Amino acid sequence: MPDQPHAVLRGVTRVYPGASPIHALGPIDLDIARGEFFAVVGPSGCGKSTLLDVLAGLSAPSAGTIRFEGKPVAGQVPDGVGVVFQEDASFPWLTVRDNVAFGLRRAGVDKAEIARRVEYAVGFMGLRDFAGAYPAQLSGGMRQRVCIARTLVLQPRLILLDEPFGALDQQTRLLMGDELLRLWRETGATVLLITHALDEAAMLSDRVGVMSARPGHFIDLVETHWPRERDSRIVSEAAFGAVTARLWTSLRAESLKAIGRPAET
Amino acid sequence: MRGAVVIAVLLAVWQGIYAYAGDAAVSSPLVTLRYAADLLGSAAFWGHVGATLLAFAYALVISAFLGVAMGLWLGLRRFAGDVAEPVLAALYTIPKVTLYPVMLLVFGLGLSAKVAFGVIHGLIPVVLFTLGAVKHLPPVFVRSARALRLSGRQSAMFVLAPAVTPEIVSGLRLGFAVTLLGVLIGEMFASQRGLGFLIINGINAHNVRLTTAVTMLVILFAVAANAALLALDRRMHHGV
Amino acid sequence: MTRGGKVLATRVGLIAGSVALLEAACRLHLINPLTLIPPSEMVVALAGMLADGELTGDIMQTFASIGVAFVTAVAAGFVLGAGLHRLPVVRRAIDPLLASWYAVPVFVFYPLLVAVLGLGNLPLIAIGVLAAVPAMMLSTLVGLDRVPRVLRKAARMHRLGPVATVWLVVLPAALPNLFNGLKLALAYAFIGVIAGEFILSTGGLGHGIAYAYEAFDNDAMYGRMLFVLLAAVVANGVLYTLEVRLNRRRGRA
Repeated sequence: MPDQPHAVLRGVTRVYPGASPIHALGPIDLDIARGEFFAVVGPSGCGKSTLLDVLAGLSAPSAGTIRFEGKPVAGQVPDGVGVVFQEDASFPWLTVRDNVAFGLRRAGVDKAEIARRVEYAVGFMGLRDFAGAYPAQLSGGMRQRVCIARTLVLQPRLILLDEPFGALDQQTRLLMGDELLRLWRETGATVLLITHALDEAAMLSDRVGVMSARPGHFIDLVETHWPRERDSRIVSEAAFGAVTARLWTSLRAESLKAIGRPAET
Repeated sequence: MRGAVVIAVLLAVWQGIYAYAGDAAVSSPLVTLRYAADLLGSAAFWGHVGATLLAFAYALVISAFLGVAMGLWLGLRRFAGDVAEPVLAALYTIPKVTLYPVMLLVFGLGLSAKVAFGVIHGLIPVVLFTLGAVKHLPPVFVRSARALRLSGRQSAMFVLAPAVTPEIVSGLRLGFAVTLLGVLIGEMFASQRGLGFLIINGINAHNVRLTTAVTMLVILFAVAANAALLALDRRMHHGV
Repeated sequence: MTRGGKVLATRVGLIAGSVALLEAACRLHLINPLTLIPPSEMVVALAGMLADGELTGDIMQTFASIGVAFVTAVAAGFVLGAGLHRLPVVRRAIDPLLASWYAVPVFVFYPLLVAVLGLGNLPLIAIGVLAAVPAMMLSTLVGLDRVPRVLRKAARMHRLGPVATVWLVVLPAALPNLFNGLKLALAYAFIGVIAGEFILSTGGLGHGIAYAYEAFDNDAMYGRMLFVLLAAVVANGVLYTLEVRLNRRRGRA
């Protein structure tokens, strides 16, 4: 059982139909191991977000199969999958506490359990002092923490994050990266992180997948071999520079392609 | 193509209502069109149109110039603007009908009353939109003008004026429509000439064909003029 | 004093000052007493009419009409707006008409409405509804447009069904715009009904004003006008305060 991959994608493609169809993604073949921290990097427009949508069941692939915990994923978000989006998805009409409790209340979990889990998540994400505030009163970074807490509280076994720290400044991003690692360790969940920041991918993950320009498919898979107990200070390791360099080498030509400039030979 | 479908549907609905309600309520599209054609051929009718347009022109010019001037002043003098804005917004929600008797007593019957009705409808939206336009001017525009070392006059003409114009145009568009509305309502009981008078006269004399025909012409004009101004408005906003 | 306090004080002072000026001008006969009576006399006249119960019938009739028109317009406007949102083709076709509707003098439909609905309050209510529905429709459309796509995605992430998604996510997200529609609908229903009563002499407060005007009864006329004015200010003031509170929580100053 532990050897079975947590999520499997086979031949997954996504084509947007129309007068001139857009081949947005694929073909993708990927196995994600249980408990792994997997990052995806790639040039803009390569289909990273589409990959996440398809894996989460938010959109159906045009071809190929996706399996999560052995069962096919189609059209619906499977139980056990949590998603943190790029844009702020906190509900502005609810307080932080009510935002975090939202999913549990809908699922009919009993009140005592809800309170327990919400308090834990709120504390875990450092939001205790703001539990009664509304999202509009918080900074962008804190609102993302609310979204993460709201997902965390559902106790997902696979957490998908789509450039969650894109709107934040660098220092905040680094600290949020540490939080994400802490979350990963304590929940034992599998994490798939989409990011455009190579250093972020290099420092946080066990494996990094490099995608080509559109239509995106994987052109490199880099293992970092980091210890499980790690944080942002890993940047001082010599190996960190090597990983980042390798990512950029793979990515540079694709990025030039994406903006329409030829690579120098 | 789409427009033709909409018009066809509206005509069908009209015909249906006519079939249900009968001659005492409304005349059929065909009869109305013929009657309207007759009207458009009669000098007397154009006399009424002229009366309405005259009052409307006066009211519009006053609303536009006074409104833009007041709006600019209140927008530039931030304190005055903050004091006045809620008051103007509140004044606008008061049913203007409550002021009609006062207008009649002050202006009597006739042209000045009609113009006054038009102005009390149209002035405030123009002021509020102009005020808003100035308030919403991004400070970075002013800084950019300074960075480009433009003189005061150049800044005003080439940066500030174009920046505030789209929102002012929106206000004028709204002002246009409601000023017309005000003038028509004024004509309904403060005048013996004009399209509004024709309508109320038709209602009182149970001249259904007249009422329907004039109503149709007024609606056509109002919708067409507004649609044209809307297109201009959208052009000015450059898709924003 | 804070700036906010100064603004408020100036505003109150301005209004009080204008009323005082008007009062003085009337008392000093700078304004013809046949044209305008002093504000203080308006208040006295109104108080008297209220105490006598003279206005009660009119108030009930007018407010009942406004109430029915408002509720109908909000419900119909919301349903039509939501429906139109689901049918983009129809929406695009109707859009220019909807955007220009406020330019149409809806009173002109009165004879038609009387023929269909009979004499009495119904045609008047219908005018109020006709005036208010487009505003509610437009606000509903804009509100639904502006629900951020990511919120709908979050609903799917939580595996909410379609009804739960609308009730728990779409409607709360669209609420500020819907509330704006509510405000506009009330204002238009108010104006439509009272102006209709005034022009078409069908009873209620509006008719009372017209009747008093024709009877040269300035006290009765201005007393009623003051009441309508106060009612409009209070009703809109309440909605405005609610809206400010709603928006402040959401950080939309």
